[in-house]
Amino acid sequence: MIPAPFDYHRPGTLDEAIGLLARYGDQAKVLAGGMSLLPTLKLRLGSYAHLVDINRIPGLEYVKEEKGWLRIGAGTRQSALERSELVKTKYPLLADAIPLIADPLVRNRGTIGGNIANGDPANDWPAIVIALGAELVAKGRGGERTIPASRFYKGLFVTDLKADEILTEVRIPAPAGQSGGAYRKLKRKTGDYAVVAVAVQLALGKGGAVERAGVALTNVGPTPTDAVAAAKFLTGKTLDEKTIAEASKLAAAAGSPSGDRRGSSEYKREMTRVLAGRALKAALERAGRT
Amino acid sequence: MKHKISVTVNGAAREAEVESRLLLVHFIRENLRLTGTHIGCDTSHCGVCTVLLDGQPVKSCTLLAVQADGCSVSTVEGLEQGGKLHPVQEAFTEKHALQCGFCTPGMLMTCSALLERNKKPSEEEIRQAISGNLCRCTGYLNIVKAVQHAAEKMA
Repeated sequence: MIPAPFDYHRPGTLDEAIGLLARYGDQAKVLAGGMSLLPTLKLRLGSYAHLVDINRIPGLEYVKEEKGWLRIGAGTRQSALERSELVKTKYPLLADAIPLIADPLVRNRGTIGGNIANGDPANDWPAIVIALGAELVAKGRGGERTIPASRFYKGLFVTDLKADEILTEVRIPAPAGQSGGAYRKLKRKTGDYAVVAVAVQLALGKGGAVERAGVALTNVGPTPTDAVAAAKFLTGKTLDEKTIAEASKLAAAAGSPSGDRRGSSEYKREMTRVLAGRALKAALERAGRT
Repeated sequence: MKHKISVTVNGAAREAEVESRLLLVHFIRENLRLTGTHIGCDTSHCGVCTVLLDGQPVKSCTLLAVQADGCSVSTVEGLEQGGKLHPVQEAFTEKHALQCGFCTPGMLMTCSALLERNKKPSEEEIRQAISGNLCRCTGYLNIVKAVQHAAEKMA
């Protein structure tokens, strides 16, 4: 399959890339890893007159902890994160999730920024960054701004990014005190999108009660789903079988899955409940160990 | 829009003028006539188009040729050195790791890259590494055996 014709631009700096996006508006699309964009162009599900390749812009690939944040450059490949010792040892939610994204060859190209900015509710990073309470940094002609992940998604493939803005960094709060996270994903086979997946991050206070909870869902609605009611219910409680079961029900109720070849809406809702329970148990157990 | 690109393919510098939309796999097969790299699903699932881009296995059906400008690309034709097959190629023949052979070029590229980074992969690590390369004949068992055999040869 061959994409429709387009012009290809390879800016050497972020400012140059922003200039191109500003000039071409909605006729332009950022090319990061290209793992969703290239199939979209080849299948002619979308077409753009201009592709702006940001792969050669220096300074977009890094993973570091700084001043209470895990800072990840938007151009960082999934495989680099998968191999990061920092991620493996301190961020169990990410360590769970990344090896389940697509397949190893796709992870060699796919970037965290592309996965987030694509705006696809079937992608895994959107729910992950929402559950973690992450912040997203975008740069455009007007300068730099920070957007809470929970307010980034506006609709199916629609994000808060303006036409001239590029996602440059993902900031995840570094774990403090007793905290733990987990990602539980149901998928039919390697490389497939999730039937459903659940991301959970818990921070426990003194005495073991939940101080902060983040619960978010993948692929059960037009946008990634922030299960606010479940998180609110969990906050302040000491978790046991009963409270976890109740929170799982609330998490499942937050989704609005439609039936498709991956299952009926009833099945997906039920699987959300089951996976939420498993993710909560794993996150709690991990928090208890820190 | 045309672009002048220079790519090092299997160690040799190649220059070409390509359209923006030309896919890397088409550049390899049609411009360079290196037809060992196959096209299967054409949607980045099956992995038969796997090549190494700067040493990393990637799916060449999901990259533009112009993106490889200035990079090095290795295809299955480059595995053989000085008339001698790569140990992974030898191991695939010795352990019967193929039947129809359609997935083999991609499989060989992924497995050779794995052995570059991991000299003694476990069965689990091998199965993980090839999870983006589909084989419909062998059930993977002999492929796993072949990679382990190649690792022994290379030790």
